[in-house]
Amino acid sequence: MNSGTVHWTRKDLLGLRELSVEEINLVLETADAFKQVGTREVKKVPALQGKTLINLFIEPSTRTRTSFELAAKRLSADIVNISAAASSLTKGETLKDTARVLEANHADIIVLRHSSAGAPQFLASRIASSVINAGDGAHEHPTQGLLDLYTIREKKGTVAGLHVAIIGDILFSRVARSNIFALLKMGARVTLVGPSTLVPREFEQLGVAVSHNLEEVLPTVDVVNLLRIQHERQRKEYFPGLGEYIRLFGLTKARARLLRPDCLIMHPGPINRGVELDSELADGAQSVILDQVTNGLAVRMAVLYLCGGIATR
Amino acid sequence: MSKTRPTNESDAVRIFDAETMQRALRRIAHEIIERNRDLSALVLVGIPARGVELARRIATDIEAIEKVNVATGVIDVSMHRDDIGTRAALPVVKVSQLPLPLDRRTVVIVDDVLFTGRTCRAAMDAISSFGRPACIQLAALVDRGHRELPIRPDFVGKNLPTARAERVRVRLENIDHEPDGVWLLKPEKNE
Repeated sequence: MNSGTVHWTRKDLLGLRELSVEEINLVLETADAFKQVGTREVKKVPALQGKTLINLFIEPSTRTRTSFELAAKRLSADIVNISAAASSLTKGETLKDTARVLEANHADIIVLRHSSAGAPQFLASRIASSVINAGDGAHEHPTQGLLDLYTIREKKGTVAGLHVAIIGDILFSRVARSNIFALLKMGARVTLVGPSTLVPREFEQLGVAVSHNLEEVLPTVDVVNLLRIQHERQRKEYFPGLGEYIRLFGLTKARARLLRPDCLIMHPGPINRGVELDSELADGAQSVILDQVTNGLAVRMAVLYLCGGIATR
Repeated sequence: MSKTRPTNESDAVRIFDAETMQRALRRIAHEIIERNRDLSALVLVGIPARGVELARRIATDIEAIEKVNVATGVIDVSMHRDDIGTRAALPVVKVSQLPLPLDRRTVVIVDDVLFTGRTCRAAMDAISSFGRPACIQLAALVDRGHRELPIRPDFVGKNLPTARAERVRVRLENIDHEPDGVWLLKPEKNE
């Protein structure tokens, strides 16, 4: 615990690719302290009292938005939710103008979910408010990557030296990218598993292994992170059908017997029960899916505290 | 309480060395015993990082004097501070550790230097979020004055009149890897 010497200097959290190991450790240690707040009689601290947070979700999301909202409330910030349908973006206003209007309303922190990769970066460089990326296209979802890391560290004690399989729709997944960057930095080994259309070999350039054979990988891993098959983003050519996908890459009960008994089963949600993950396994002893949700709250409190606590003006 | 500059500055006045600090802490231990008849209800709660070490030392002294176990704890104040966003560097948040429930407990907050009182206020707020202790008391190794809030210590190692621009430096061997000591530092001329 020598993090006393590390200082957070970022007003924004845009991705995990640019974070140092020390910065990631600082977020995780800060999250330890905020996780404890959830166990107190008063589950609220005044850390961001007087700050205003805007949840600007141009793409629909319930769990991430709710998690940020709860995190902000536990930090005593004031919060406003704006969804795409309710915003002036549908009237033709540009993202930059929307954000400048929010800034003129004294928003201190803008949490942005957007379907275009790079949208948070675009905003962050143009406004003084803190910008937190809550998922941008197929680019990054840094708080998800951090909460996955936090959960693995919590359950396994450390991340270094572990072998993590990320299974499924890697091509379209910002969760996969943030996980890959974070896990490799922290010294884990990562294998991506899925059909070649969704897990192209190009990913090897990031420093991960790629496999198209799930049964070969399962006995060797400490963690499986299953990604949701994103029906809404997919066209037919990526795989023939769900039946085919389940047959080859679904984590079924039969396949789960190949896992080590202490292997963690993770999923960022929402789960397609019976597609990427068998329903009983999702509720089973190896599943840490609900821990991920709880830890997500602590990690987001830490991120809001660190970025929002930096004087921006 | 600057953390960067060396302790051997020519204009540093030594307030405590290892031995006088130990005596002051032992006296605080005696005073805590005198004030609190039920030592089993006591918990010495340190403010990170040096307050935690001081709480541990005082607890050890009380245990040696009275042959009883004394509970200790840690209270993080960084998320309860009122100056977040106005400081250049954010305080690093630590996990608090308190024996729960607090209802019948007497909590003694332990810190190295008592100055404006704002840290103590933050500590009281933080403690309140865990429960409602029967009583909260305050122990400080050095009280340097300049309070900005209506807070006064119950147990003091040394009352040290200071000018506002002066600094008080505390070093504890287990934390700083330097010999125990307290110094008063005059403001630099260019300040």
